[in-house]
Amino acid sequence: MKMNVVSSAKNLLFMLLVVPVAAMASTAMHVDKAPVNVKDNESLQRGAAVFVNYCLTCHSANYMRYNRMQDFGLTEQQIKDNLLFAAEKPGETMKIAMRPKEAKQWFGATPPDLSVIARSRGADWLYTYLRSFYRDETRPTGWNNLVFDKVGMPHVLQELQGHLVPVWKTVKNEEGHEHRVIDHLTLAKPGKITQAEYDALVGDLVNYLVWMGEPAQTQRKTVGLAVLFFLGIFYLVAFYLKREFWKDVH
Amino acid sequence: MEKLLNWVDERFPLTATYKAHLSEYYAPKNFNFWYFFGSLALLVLVLQIVTGIFLTMHYKPDAELAFASVEYIMRDVDWGWLIRYLHSTGASAFFVVVYLHMFRGLLYGSYRQPRELIWIFGVIIYLVLMGEAFFGYLLPWGQMSYWGAQVIVNLFGAVPFIGQDLSLWIRGDYVVSDATLNRFFAFHVIAFPLVLLGLVAAHLVALHEVGSNNPDGVEIKKLKGEDGHPLDGIPFHPYYTVKDILGVVVFLIVFTAIVFFAPEMGGYFLEANNFIPADPFKTPEHIAPVWYFTPYYAILRAVPPMFGSQFPGVALMGVAVLIFFLLPWLDKSPVKSIRYRGPKFKIALTLFVIAFIGLGILGILPANVLYTWIARGLSVIYFAFFLLMPWYTRTDTYKPVPERVTDK
Repeated sequence: MKMNVVSSAKNLLFMLLVVPVAAMASTAMHVDKAPVNVKDNESLQRGAAVFVNYCLTCHSANYMRYNRMQDFGLTEQQIKDNLLFAAEKPGETMKIAMRPKEAKQWFGATPPDLSVIARSRGADWLYTYLRSFYRDETRPTGWNNLVFDKVGMPHVLQELQGHLVPVWKTVKNEEGHEHRVIDHLTLAKPGKITQAEYDALVGDLVNYLVWMGEPAQTQRKTVGLAVLFFLGIFYLVAFYLKREFWKDVH
Repeated sequence: MEKLLNWVDERFPLTATYKAHLSEYYAPKNFNFWYFFGSLALLVLVLQIVTGIFLTMHYKPDAELAFASVEYIMRDVDWGWLIRYLHSTGASAFFVVVYLHMFRGLLYGSYRQPRELIWIFGVIIYLVLMGEAFFGYLLPWGQMSYWGAQVIVNLFGAVPFIGQDLSLWIRGDYVVSDATLNRFFAFHVIAFPLVLLGLVAAHLVALHEVGSNNPDGVEIKKLKGEDGHPLDGIPFHPYYTVKDILGVVVFLIVFTAIVFFAPEMGGYFLEANNFIPADPFKTPEHIAPVWYFTPYYAILRAVPPMFGSQFPGVALMGVAVLIFFLLPWLDKSPVKSIRYRGPKFKIALTLFVIAFIGLGILGILPANVLYTWIARGLSVIYFAFFLLMPWYTRTDTYKPVPERVTDK
């Protein structure tokens, strides 16, 4: 009991100092740092291609318009030629044909809309999630996930990543009972690309998802710098104005 | 121009009003840092109203469309993202400046005679602001909007006898639904802002009637010069208008830094869960109110259910807010400002600040046994600050208050 109090006091201190609320909601599972850089246009273009090829059949992005991808250097013609599978015009949003009700029957849960998924899940979680699928014959899809136990989604990128299988280890819990937990995952059947290439591909995809969560974010920061520069100058004006007026107050 | 002004003045007290409230409103010359937050609260109020008007042009108060319309504002409306972030950050900024403004009142005894009514209007403003923020938080129709509203409306269900009917009446449905969203929208965009504006006007009229307090707690009207103006007073305009502009610029630097570089503020201003559309069938693991409500939420959770009812906690939470009304009559000290008060008040105020912030932090975290006991301890301190005030302000030691204000 005493240990618990000390450790929860430590946890409290730790949480207050470092962990923002967003991170607290997720479980204690370790997640890897996603290589996010929304100014890297080439990465965003690669990520967008992965997104429309692999995600946009079951997941929609109902708030995202195709032509917004011009923001990261694509022309409208390029978007039309390469990315427009599920829509007619580049001005449309990324809708899908699959009906939510049917999807729920197939997967057990409706695949969520991905427009703002990076803002609710966080980039690091997505990056880890997409790299943590493993074979599990007890699941209807044959797949499970380290950071999302009993997930309804199958491993859509398996042809690229290949098949990971868990390596188990035995641990004792506080009462001394032994049970098996997954130590790590290992590659049982290689995919079309190497693990390093796969990590890079998922990195691009997550980068795209982060960008899509808020397409205005690059503009936001640029405008922000201009605003702060203006306010810095305004501060000097206001400072000397105040000093001048207050000279005669004693 | 002068002719036009005369024409107006014969029909409307334009010059007289300008003089009474700006150019010939004499304010103490020794205002310090803490006196910026009143004008800043006014600035944020205007900001919220203006950005709110533009948001209303694009937002759809409909359970089917609300979440999508917010994303539409974020993506397709020109500068919509800026308007929305100004509004969402403005909500938190409002509470920051109001809490600091109230703390200033505690420091310098601004609630004391003859300023009781200013204080009372202020506490009502605070209450209305809480309602305004609560209603507004439902509108994005995310998971936290939905479940936060569900939890808070359910609190009214704990009121004995009429509770269930009361919460049903507030919601307009058996669960938070489209009907709730529609009425909360009405409250948020018209009912509460109207009341708020009226109260702010009353707050200012009352203030200008009796005159501002100051860090020394000296009544500057007692000593007047040959011109009939207070010796320690200076006209609000231009002196405090130029000084407040400086305060506004510093505030805007901090405010826009958040708007442009950290609009989510690590999940405190915009929560991650609120980017998931409201789902009445899926309760989030951890429901916490927005940071500005968490001190009261922690008090609520600190009280165990009695006789199978949550009502004691709900009641105590309500009392925790309402007790601010009594402050002018609980304080029995002969001086106003903390500068001339003794150690007892200084210790009490320090403990109160620690309790308030501590409760705020605990209200964000998931409850466990240890935290609940800490919250109980801090709640006792919170209430002791008020309830023991007549005793410790009577028995405290005091320094003599000077005739005139002491610093510039």
